Amino acid sequence: MGDSGFEARIEQALADAGLRRNFASAMGSFAARRLAVFPDAAALERLREQGAAARRRALARLPELLEELERALVGNGIHVHWAETAAVGNRIVLEILEAHGVRRVVKGKSMVSEEMHLNAFLARHGIDAVETDLGEFIIQLAGETPSHIIVPAVHKNRAQIARLFHEKIPGTPYTEEVAELNAVARRTLRRMFREAGAGLSGVNFAVAATGTLCLVENEGNGRMCTGVPPLHIAVMGIEKVIERLEDLPPLLRLLTGSATGQRVTTYVNLISGPRRAGDPDGPREVHVVLLDNGRSAVYADPELRATLQCIRCGCCLNHCPVYTRIGGHAYGTTYPGPIGKVLTPQLAGLERAGGLPFASTLCGACEEVCPVKIPLTRLLRRLREETVQAGAAGGAGAGAIERLAWRGYGLSAQHPRLYRLLFACGRWLGGLMPPVAALERWGRAHAEPRFARLSLRRLFRKRGIPDA
Amino acid sequence: MPEHARDRILARLRRAPREAQPPDDAATPQAPAPGGGAAAALEAALAAMRAEVQRLPREGWAGELRERLRGRGLSSLLYARGTPWAPALEEAWAAGPEGPPVLAAWEGTVEEFRDRLFAADAAITRAEAAAADPGVLVLRPGPAEPRLLSLVPPVHVVLVPGERIFGTLEEALAGGGFAPPLPANLVLVSGPSKTADIELTLAFGVHGPRELLVFILE
Repeated sequence: MGDSGFEARIEQALADAGLRRNFASAMGSFAARRLAVFPDAAALERLREQGAAARRRALARLPELLEELERALVGNGIHVHWAETAAVGNRIVLEILEAHGVRRVVKGKSMVSEEMHLNAFLARHGIDAVETDLGEFIIQLAGETPSHIIVPAVHKNRAQIARLFHEKIPGTPYTEEVAELNAVARRTLRRMFREAGAGLSGVNFAVAATGTLCLVENEGNGRMCTGVPPLHIAVMGIEKVIERLEDLPPLLRLLTGSATGQRVTTYVNLISGPRRAGDPDGPREVHVVLLDNGRSAVYADPELRATLQCIRCGCCLNHCPVYTRIGGHAYGTTYPGPIGKVLTPQLAGLERAGGLPFASTLCGACEEVCPVKIPLTRLLRRLREETVQAGAAGGAGAGAIERLAWRGYGLSAQHPRLYRLLFACGRWLGGLMPPVAALERWGRAHAEPRFARLSLRRLFRKRGIPDA
Repeated sequence: MPEHARDRILARLRRAPREAQPPDDAATPQAPAPGGGAAAALEAALAAMRAEVQRLPREGWAGELRERLRGRGLSSLLYARGTPWAPALEEAWAAGPEGPPVLAAWEGTVEEFRDRLFAADAAITRAEAAAADPGVLVLRPGPAEPRLLSLVPPVHVVLVPGERIFGTLEEALAGGGFAPPLPANLVLVSGPSKTADIELTLAFGVHGPRELLVFILE
């Protein structure tokens, strides 16, 4: 890996015992809850097939579905905007807010808005965006970014949160009582919900047939953001569209079961329009920003396209041996963990993020749990290959010594005598290899690798199994 | 500019190689499962999510409801006047003895009513349908019933007609009368508001109601 920043962050995370404890216990608990909510392996497999099929069907017709979605949304009285880049998306949101004279917005949890760095952009233009999901509220107070897609403040323990609330929210005594900390957030944010000029949200699924935005949550802050202020703006990636309402129940089961081990979230909010004539409440205007930001380029490749099936449950993070040890911040990206390692190089380019796919053991745990069956290990290998071939920053195979070694191996593999000679040397001299470079790093945490005394071929022969 | 962005995005997507359309094997929703079993399963699922579930006899339900809400420390109960079940509530509250919770009607638009809404400590709405699996109530706010009644007050009381309880969410969406065009807002609710954002410790009532009282009308 050439990204020394990434390596330094990994070292730092691994050395932080508290952080590792927070992640190990939280991720272990998520994995256990997921198993408990999906007790029947065969039934889960059927459900995953169903979910994967729904996502693949939608992607197969993505351009047509987006047009259908736009027609249905507009028919429902929702304004639709298209943004090719995050910068344009931010500009669109700002223009809507300025047209309504809004100075403060309440925000529901949205990973796309993190991808856009929307809060910072709005702040530069004098608009205060208040995060209202408890986890997001905590990290906004701390001036940090999410370390997990679903539980953004999972890296913090209650003592850290207690200190944060005490220091940042006027009149808050220090308390580690979770119920008390929740009450502080509730009191602080209730006022914001009442007074904000607009609400911002993400979208979990957008139903093309009915023009419906589906938002999933447990706290009720999402319903507050989309229901109390007179203006609601939703931002979504163009891949979030699904064909019809009937696709929703299996996808919801997969999303909540995989994410938090819940059968269903507390709220599933289906928004098909602004306040209608005669309605006593609801926003008077609803806007949707459809964001591309590199997704259409991902879509252009038939193999990599599977990345867009993702429903952002975070399950691959919870089960990744790398993520569970280094946490989300070490990646230095909006989307961490296995899906981040696959998505980020495609959105940000191999030059900037080509090193990410190498931070994987290729154990395949992510793929095994992915509710929509994204072939994550295949995609990781594909991106590694591209990085190496491009000689891009972070190309692990790009070093001269390694290239030479592989070329030598290639040559020997084509010449059996050379091959046997080389490996005979390895058996005799392998134990004398000095622990330098990669071997030294390996040796810090592992036993030194040893050549076997007998080759596999000779073992076979010894047992009387003839050559084919 | 925005129009151009749209066309450019769609053009890029259209240039991408086409994949064969995957087979469409979505199961067709079945006819609703009748009564008893579904209600018991719903009750269990909601209780597991920390909702409190009780049954009410259809005959004289409103008076019985008033009895059961007494002594819960609620000072008032908000309701929407335009709903078909409002007259029964009004009658029951007019008939019985004085005392909390006082029945209070939503008035006007949210702009006019906001302060009183945020000061209220309980509200009652009806569920349009319910699904035993995965244990959700389907709320259908609209002209007669504001969206925020079921969200802002700390205690949410829900009436669920027994015959509107379906086996699965698929069945509830298919058989519950939600044919397109959909209402501006539909909400599935499975319990009181909750969060586990601090050390994955479950806490209730973080932004929405901290108590969900479900009354199944038999």
